Amino acid sequence: MLENAWVIPALPVLSFVLILFFGKRLPKHGHEIGVAAVALAFVLACVCAVQWVQRPANLEVKPGSEEHAAAPGSPAQANAVAALEEKAPPGSEGGHEGEGKGEKEGEAGEHEAEPIRKPVVKEVTWFDNGQTRVKAGTHVDGLAVTMMFVVTLISLLVHVFSTSYMHGDRRYTHYFAALSLFTAGMLVMVTANNTLQLLVGWELMGLCSFMLIGHWWEERNNSNAALKAFFTTRTGDVGLLIGIAILFFAAGQTFDIADINAAALGGEVSHGLVLAGAAALLCGVIGKSAQFPLHTWLPDAMAGPTPVSALIHAATMVVAGVYLVARLYGVFWSGFDIGGGGINPVALVGGITVLIAAALAFVQTDIKKVLAYSTVSQLGYMVMALGVGAWTAGVFHLVTHAFFKGLLFLGAGSVSHAVHSFDMKKDMGGLREHMPITFKTFVIGSLALAGVPPLAGFWSKDEILLGASSNGYPVFLVIGLLGAALTAAYMTRCVYLTFFGEYRGHGQPHESPPAITVPLVVLAALSVVAGFVNVPGGEWFAKWTENETVLSAGVAHHSFSPFVALFGSALGLLGIAAGYAYYWRNLGPHRLTQRSGAAGTGYRILENKYGLDRLYTDWVVGGIKGPIARGAYWFNQRVIDGVVNGVGIIARGLARFVYDTVDQKVVDGVVNGAGIGAEDGGRVLRLMQTGRVQQYALFLFGAVVVLGGTLVLFTTG
Amino acid sequence: MYLNQFLLLAAFLFCVGVYGVLARKNAVLVLMSIELILNAVNINLVAFGLFRESVAGQVFALFVIAVAAAEVGVGLAVVILIYRNRHSIDLTEVDMMKG
Amino acid sequence: MVAQNVVFGVLAAAMGLAAIRVVTTKNVVHAALYLVVVLAGVAALYILLAAEFIAVVQVIIYIGAIVLLILFGTMLTRAPIGRASDLDNDQRWLAVVVSLLLLGVLGAVLADAYGSTKLPKGAQVQRTGDVGLSIFQTYVIPFEVVSVLLLAALVGAVVIARRD
Repeated sequence: MLENAWVIPALPVLSFVLILFFGKRLPKHGHEIGVAAVALAFVLACVCAVQWVQRPANLEVKPGSEEHAAAPGSPAQANAVAALEEKAPPGSEGGHEGEGKGEKEGEAGEHEAEPIRKPVVKEVTWFDNGQTRVKAGTHVDGLAVTMMFVVTLISLLVHVFSTSYMHGDRRYTHYFAALSLFTAGMLVMVTANNTLQLLVGWELMGLCSFMLIGHWWEERNNSNAALKAFFTTRTGDVGLLIGIAILFFAAGQTFDIADINAAALGGEVSHGLVLAGAAALLCGVIGKSAQFPLHTWLPDAMAGPTPVSALIHAATMVVAGVYLVARLYGVFWSGFDIGGGGINPVALVGGITVLIAAALAFVQTDIKKVLAYSTVSQLGYMVMALGVGAWTAGVFHLVTHAFFKGLLFLGAGSVSHAVHSFDMKKDMGGLREHMPITFKTFVIGSLALAGVPPLAGFWSKDEILLGASSNGYPVFLVIGLLGAALTAAYMTRCVYLTFFGEYRGHGQPHESPPAITVPLVVLAALSVVAGFVNVPGGEWFAKWTENETVLSAGVAHHSFSPFVALFGSALGLLGIAAGYAYYWRNLGPHRLTQRSGAAGTGYRILENKYGLDRLYTDWVVGGIKGPIARGAYWFNQRVIDGVVNGVGIIARGLARFVYDTVDQKVVDGVVNGAGIGAEDGGRVLRLMQTGRVQQYALFLFGAVVVLGGTLVLFTTG
Repeated sequence: MYLNQFLLLAAFLFCVGVYGVLARKNAVLVLMSIELILNAVNINLVAFGLFRESVAGQVFALFVIAVAAAEVGVGLAVVILIYRNRHSIDLTEVDMMKG
Repeated sequence: MVAQNVVFGVLAAAMGLAAIRVVTTKNVVHAALYLVVVLAGVAALYILLAAEFIAVVQVIIYIGAIVLLILFGTMLTRAPIGRASDLDNDQRWLAVVVSLLLLGVLGAVLADAYGSTKLPKGAQVQRTGDVGLSIFQTYVIPFEVVSVLLLAALVGAVVIARRD
């Protein structure tokens, strides 16, 4: 089955086509095809997983030492480089697949490296163009198997959930078709062995997210949200495209992911090139995985049907970015010098995202938005984990998060199914008596998310914190701990508002039908047990997933630290206790936002999402939506000012929210001043914009003449 | 024959085409000027193809011709649409993009 | 060699004059006819450069199809068929300056780079067969892309220009 992994993405594609053409004529309007195809894909993914676990581990990779990046000239690193060069000469066909190569370096084993399973690669020539042969194929290793398992499982549950949740919808058939294609996109991406194929899956998901978020497009808000999700992620995708192009040339004209990783780690490519590639890829990750500052699309994407949110947030689209980092880890590792400790862009983006999104989750009244910001924050955790060199922890958190976040979203869907609303403050409360199954599973999911031992979230979060503390990233340890406390507190708030107190909605809520509760129970069970897959002492997950790239980069492994675990879970419990005291016991500073001006300002800043949405819609989009030519100038003006501004607002807002010191007028002054500056600049530049294309052409050729003439004068004179 | 005699002639045609694009009001005349520019490029491609004794020059000249055909097709469609909406194809009047 | 140079000189003179007339004439239809002269001259240059297939394609597609399209465009937009006084806009003198400067820069660059480079005598001529083989072997992907482009242009032109 491992050789024929292409069947797994092919099944949902087939189902998409069948549903599209025949779905409406079928008795169940197409959902039987979708469910059957994804169920079959899930079974096959399980088969893959079992075969992978049973596969003999005979590939030995010599890891770089921990001082790998700190001391570039150390002999250990030289050894690792030599081993790599020997193993994967770039451009050789299937160079990473050879049978006997693993044994060759086996003797150099002073770092008793455990042998890993050899990835299964199968590829065919996609097309030849000149000297470049582009191949398509599957690269199945532990990471891909894990992702296939998670994606097909969540997708199957979402499909089942949707049969009840979407019952009687206008575009029921199309909904299932898009759901299938979405799953297919993610599966194509996780099995891809080259960056082009990865891009195909990536963009397929972008398209499907557009279709599904805008599923009820008759309402303007929904279609706007779909557009926003599409455009925002596209902004990042530009970076991804550039990154793929850079890496194609950097690795010696190859799209093969294994070759690219080997080339990036091997050191024969200049560091600047790898850094540029990694930076460009990071843009793609920021867009797709909703990291700061492009996270704004994700909460709006809640406009789609709830099961779609579960699929997007738990298993597919947003984790695609995290997966990209995990897959091309060699590039990020050597590009950003992750082994070196301190601060690097990947960890920084993740860390900022953890905190700002967690803070935003406190002021939401819409249950799905709380979960959306929670997702953003947890994605920040994953990216941060990868950024601090805790590869396994990041991937592990991706898996456990898929279970409990899928559970929470489906739980929110179940609740909204009963009360026909998402507003926690107006229409919910006291639901624990009416919906016992939903309540219990939701609480399990919340506890798992809050990192309460021994649920799944605890183990993965603990590993991230451990990685941050042991790899020399103290700043991110603090951020992670803070994030853990915030997470626990906002989830407590969410649970309280939804399930406790008095019922505030209309009508009589009732428990949902089995098609909805069964997925909840399955996911709840997984949220409880999934953490033990990588429990200290066993660490099976690490053994199954870690691949050649990760090991040869020299990702450090750390033994379980009771101190970090204790501290992390204590902070989580503290967050829950704070929430409990605040909401149940009515302790603490209630109505602070009304009483204190500073706290109120902080609240407003959070409510306005740090002004980022305003920045994007009013300034950036407003600049582009008008005349493109003028937009080009204004874009520069406003984005640069806007970013400066935005950073100012965020920094100040957070500082004030916590410390209550900075004067309101400073912010206003800066904001207004920058706004006025931008406007004046725009007014001057506007004079050049007559709207006459030929005049622009005249400027264009005039500039060509000036530049060309300068060149001639300097080179020939 | 010198290589440069072809290249200079092409450069001349190119510049004449640029003048046409910049100075003509009538959209159809602008399209014609663009054809001049494309032909200048093609002469370069074929001349270098002979110079390098490579077939690539001719092949890409063919691609340019194909693209030129597409360009004229779409361009004229746009011109006709503009004419239908404004009863004029005077490019100086098409300035809706003004800020 | 002499004969070739004479032919080239005649062609170059005719093409240069015709090209200038294309962008200066007051009559749209005349401009199209002068364009035919330029295009035919280019085709003759291709023969001179031993590119027979391109020359034929040039005649068929440019002179046969594109000029015809342009004439149809002239007719459909009811452009002034006879002499029209204002075919140029108000920036024509600036355009003259820019074009001349551009020519100067291009000429300087070319003179510097290929001052006295000669085309190889008895160079290996690329025949139609070679072009065909190359298109369908080495450059088959760009070829397919161009076919998709043409299809897109076809559909696009229909969609843009149809009355709805």
